[in-house]
Amino acid sequence: MRTLTDLARPPADPEGPNHSATQTDVRHAPAHDSATLHVTGRARYLDDQPAPADALHVAVGLSPTARGRLTQLNLDAVRRAPGVIDVITVTDIPGKTDVGPVFPGDPLLADAEVRYVGQPLFAVAATDFKAARRAVALAEIEIDAQPAQLDAVAAAEAEEWVRPPHVQQSGDWQQALAGAAHVLEAKQFVGGQEHFYLEGQACLALPNEDDGVIVHTSSQHPSEVQKLIAEVLGVSFHAVTVEVRRMGGGFGGKETQAAPWACLAALLARRTGRAIRLRLPRGDDMRATGKRHPFHNRYRLGFDAQGVLVGGDITVIGDCGHSPDLSEAIVDRAMFHADNAYSLGDARVTGIPARTHNPSNTAFRGFGGPQGMMIVERAMDDIARHLDEDPLTIRKRNLYRPGRDITHYGQHVEQTALLHEIVSRLETDSGYWARRDAIRAYNASSPVLKKGLALTPVKFGISFTAKHLNQAGALLHIYTDGSVMINHGGTEMGQGLHTKVGQVVARELGLDNSAVRISATRTDKVPNTSPTAASSGADLNGMAARNAAIQVRERLFDFAAEHFFPDPLPGQPLIRDNMRLEGGELVAGSSESGENETRIAWGELVQAAYLGRVSLSATGFYATPLIHYDRATGQGRPFYYYAHGAAVSEVIVDTLSGEYRVARVDILHDVGDSLNPAIDTGQVEGGFIQGMGWLTSEELKWDATGRLLSDGPATYKIPTIGDTPPDFRVSLLEGLPNSQASLYRSKAVGEPPFMLAISVWSALRDALSSLADYRVSPALDTPATPERVLFAAQALRQASEAKTPTKTPAETPQ
Amino acid sequence: MIEFYLNGEAQRCASLAPETSILELLRNELQRTGTKEGCASGDCGACTVAIGEPGRGGRLDYHSTNACITPAHQLQGRHLVTVEGLARGDALHPVQAAMVECHASQCGFCTPGIVMSLFTLHERQRQSPVALDDACLEATLGGNLCRCTGYRPIQKAARHMADQPDVRPPWADDSRLDDNVAALGDTLEATGYAIPNTLETLHALRRQYPTARLVAGATDLWLEATQRLEAFETLIDVSRVTELQAIDETPDGWWIGASVTYARLEPLLDAHYPAFARLLRRLGSAQIRNRGTLGGNIANASPIGDTPPILLALDAHLALEGPNGARTLPLDAFFLDYKRTALESGEFIRAIFLPRPENDQHLEVWKLSKRREDDISAVLGAFAWREENGCLRDVHLAFGGMDATPRRAQATEAALEGHPPDVATFDTARQALARDFSPLDDVRGSAAYRRLAAANLLERLRLKIDHGAVQEVCLDAYAH
Repeated sequence: MRTLTDLARPPADPEGPNHSATQTDVRHAPAHDSATLHVTGRARYLDDQPAPADALHVAVGLSPTARGRLTQLNLDAVRRAPGVIDVITVTDIPGKTDVGPVFPGDPLLADAEVRYVGQPLFAVAATDFKAARRAVALAEIEIDAQPAQLDAVAAAEAEEWVRPPHVQQSGDWQQALAGAAHVLEAKQFVGGQEHFYLEGQACLALPNEDDGVIVHTSSQHPSEVQKLIAEVLGVSFHAVTVEVRRMGGGFGGKETQAAPWACLAALLARRTGRAIRLRLPRGDDMRATGKRHPFHNRYRLGFDAQGVLVGGDITVIGDCGHSPDLSEAIVDRAMFHADNAYSLGDARVTGIPARTHNPSNTAFRGFGGPQGMMIVERAMDDIARHLDEDPLTIRKRNLYRPGRDITHYGQHVEQTALLHEIVSRLETDSGYWARRDAIRAYNASSPVLKKGLALTPVKFGISFTAKHLNQAGALLHIYTDGSVMINHGGTEMGQGLHTKVGQVVARELGLDNSAVRISATRTDKVPNTSPTAASSGADLNGMAARNAAIQVRERLFDFAAEHFFPDPLPGQPLIRDNMRLEGGELVAGSSESGENETRIAWGELVQAAYLGRVSLSATGFYATPLIHYDRATGQGRPFYYYAHGAAVSEVIVDTLSGEYRVARVDILHDVGDSLNPAIDTGQVEGGFIQGMGWLTSEELKWDATGRLLSDGPATYKIPTIGDTPPDFRVSLLEGLPNSQASLYRSKAVGEPPFMLAISVWSALRDALSSLADYRVSPALDTPATPERVLFAAQALRQASEAKTPTKTPAETPQ
Repeated sequence: MIEFYLNGEAQRCASLAPETSILELLRNELQRTGTKEGCASGDCGACTVAIGEPGRGGRLDYHSTNACITPAHQLQGRHLVTVEGLARGDALHPVQAAMVECHASQCGFCTPGIVMSLFTLHERQRQSPVALDDACLEATLGGNLCRCTGYRPIQKAARHMADQPDVRPPWADDSRLDDNVAALGDTLEATGYAIPNTLETLHALRRQYPTARLVAGATDLWLEATQRLEAFETLIDVSRVTELQAIDETPDGWWIGASVTYARLEPLLDAHYPAFARLLRRLGSAQIRNRGTLGGNIANASPIGDTPPILLALDAHLALEGPNGARTLPLDAFFLDYKRTALESGEFIRAIFLPRPENDQHLEVWKLSKRREDDISAVLGAFAWREENGCLRDVHLAFGGMDATPRRAQATEAALEGHPPDVATFDTARQALARDFSPLDDVRGSAAYRRLAAANLLERLRLKIDHGAVQEVCLDAYAH
């Protein structure tokens, strides 16, 4: 027989059996599994992968016009340019030409119709990157331009939709408004957001010996990339293998929009028989790919004398760009979160996915949820000003509570006590009321600088609202040296998913984290995966990995019971029922006194099982229970559970220039029982700052012809280190596990903290409101750049000087 | 032939196109892919590397730079340190160890750049430790964008560098490295790229290559290479011309060589023009301040160049040299129109004269931008004045971002000159300002915002002069 390897002795624990607190922490919160690779430059991203020396480089020709008919595309000069090997247009695509992820509408390369500035028209493969880019510039493009629709509100009114509008309704909203003591209405514009993943879209396609390809891509959705490549090439899915080792950031921008580039690269690889590298220069990336949807929201809401909502009407219009992409689900999620943490009463919520001649806007952390929440948070501030109450008082009165715990789409909000607990703890710990008094006093004596304070909560629904996506698979192997390999359907984009899934397997098998390794995500290891999105990566894939680990563990227990304990003592409890894996050992027997325990080293167990012909490999699977949603009625339980949190932000505004600083932020966030507090805290902090950027400095600007002006980091400003609040206090809520049977009662953490940043926007409005003695609730569209803040301040001053104080919120200029 | 050291090892590169960047050299020719490209425009810092150049006492001084917009030829006689060159086998450099310990990487793509910026800070801390307060970290890392972490763990890592085992990079053992790098020499005449050392050689090269472009920090010129894919036939690098590197003090002020970098200017301005020095720290990231030059900021003639309005308010003038000899010109007469200057064919800026501040002169510089750090101004106002018998005297106001060139606000100055700094005077001045400028809409701000904000800066100025009327008139106290 072949020899098995010598087993390494398990390292002696230098700390002995009693671990220090820090030791325990490190085990519970290990660093990102690639941390050492990151800091030494050894972590390989797409464009760092070695490729054959004759690999070709691709550049893509983009439309200079927002809308029109492509009357001429003369690529002769492109073909003749130095280094050019191949040039393709839509007619060179052998299979399907539409790469729409859910609904059709996304041509891989434009046919006759051009629908946005930046739309891919052709692709060039050349011997080096610069040659390809220089060749692209030689194209003669003639487009018969037509008037472009760049205004989502006008598009909505003209019924130009990418999908039909959708309505969710509970009770009689009209009657509620008619009977309300007070009614307010307002509009707001919520700006979009460029993902600005530091690693741009990139892929590497290697032709197979048969008709297929192996494609390395920076994508959150390898299975969809596999499917679309197969369709474009006209081959079976099994001819295409897609691999994702890691992304240099994703944030939703690589959920659907990594696929077209991979399809182009795969097609060029098949045509040329050579390896194909494709990466988008930053400017092309920003012009060609979709962003967070801008939204135009409006509300008309009724409330009682206490400011408690009785009902009303909310409309959210998403600027979807030229095609459906994921916009139906994104506008749905905006609707699902138009209540945030508050009972709307008898309300109707309408969502309109408007079609414009922009890049197809797409997934971005929160997936429409943040844009939907903005309208009800605006309403909370407006109600407070109207009733001359503190906004926190109004928010607390409106929080979901027993008796008012059914959402407008019919889901029961289970953890209302937890929601109230978070808000009241944060209110106390941040010293909200003392600071409120201090800020009022400061503002009364400071004519130019004004301080603002706001506490805003978050309730975010966890699950894909497309039910079938709530499934995951995993593939676990135990090798005969005892090392463990786990693959799953999730992708690593920096969020620490592989670290968490590795921890799950290590925990189930009683091993050290270092005994478990995760390689790349590959479609030939785990098939038919869902995108790593909707904050669900750990919830779904962790469960699938756990399921695989449990299967193998049970097999090992069965084997061990027979192999090591063939003759159990009569009268003793069954050995099989009292086995566990811990500390790198199988422990069998009573654990009460430890006297009857038998310990078998993990490696010994594994090798014995192998020789005993036990399968040491398993596939795991998980599907989220309980969830359902009926789009026909707009009712259901789309979310397995909700994740909660709250933040208090304090700002100081210069009302002469519109400049401001975020001076202090306190956050308390709910991740259930944390899988890894270090990683979870990183998600909370990073999500908050990214959300703050969305609402403050990150401004997408377009010219009148639909051309993006803010097309690079020189003009599009994400937060820098100087924007991190000098006083930033972040805590995870402890001791309150998930009420649902999630992975070890943890909660998803990727998206929910993003929306904590709404507190910054609300604090800016609070500071501005002081200019009119807190009697006027200012309009402040986002991003709240210094320009918008200055104009809001000017409007407030004018309102304040007006003789009759107005109590209606200032109208948003559209 | 460029000769330099890379992570302690001698390197020679022949026949690089003049427009090759350090990043392209690293990732393509040298196959060192640890250094990342995030934007290729010097704005994100993912490509940050450290360059060691012979400094005082024969030691190498390390500073951070954006490899994407730094000419590869500028490596001549330098020691290039990249993220691959810090760890010692499995032992991480203190910067790296602190980053791991503090969970300071998530996706990891910006991490090599952050490690290298922190490496330069760590080297400086070894020489002369300073407090690692928020201002210091912002000055070091303001040009390193991270989209994942929100920066807090990176701040923490910076503060924990000193707690790590003192692992030195392998090349630090080579005691002769400083001398070996210096021995490579400062001059270069490669095909298409020349680095002269003296003004005389520079003049000769200009005669030989009359159409060649000049390059110093390359922070602007290199965008033509990376964004517009320009190929340069010949470049003359003025960054090492001794005369252009000099800062000469006179009784009346300072002649500052055109290729003096912002970083080298900082101590002088800290001592004499603190308001100017504060602006310098918001002009660009550390990587940019280490490369960009005062001469470049002026010759570039951008409508929003950040130093020209200040220099205009301070009555700076220029020493120009060209085929027809030398001349001086008030800066006021230098900017003719959008991106057009008074430079004649073959002429270049040799030095900028910065007058010494008079004792009772006041200077305020206020920059408005979407983001405080590493952003281009929407409006920049520079205000210099004296007070005499309760009246404003020698009022010089200049703005950037308000017209096709930076320029003085003459009508506004006239409205203030000789008048008491009261509400009525400033009301008149604000009306005059509306006559002085008709700004445009662009990506950084609307015309209406620029008009209103510039007028409000005059109100801020009034409040600032009116001591005691208002405690806080701007956010300076709330910035690091």
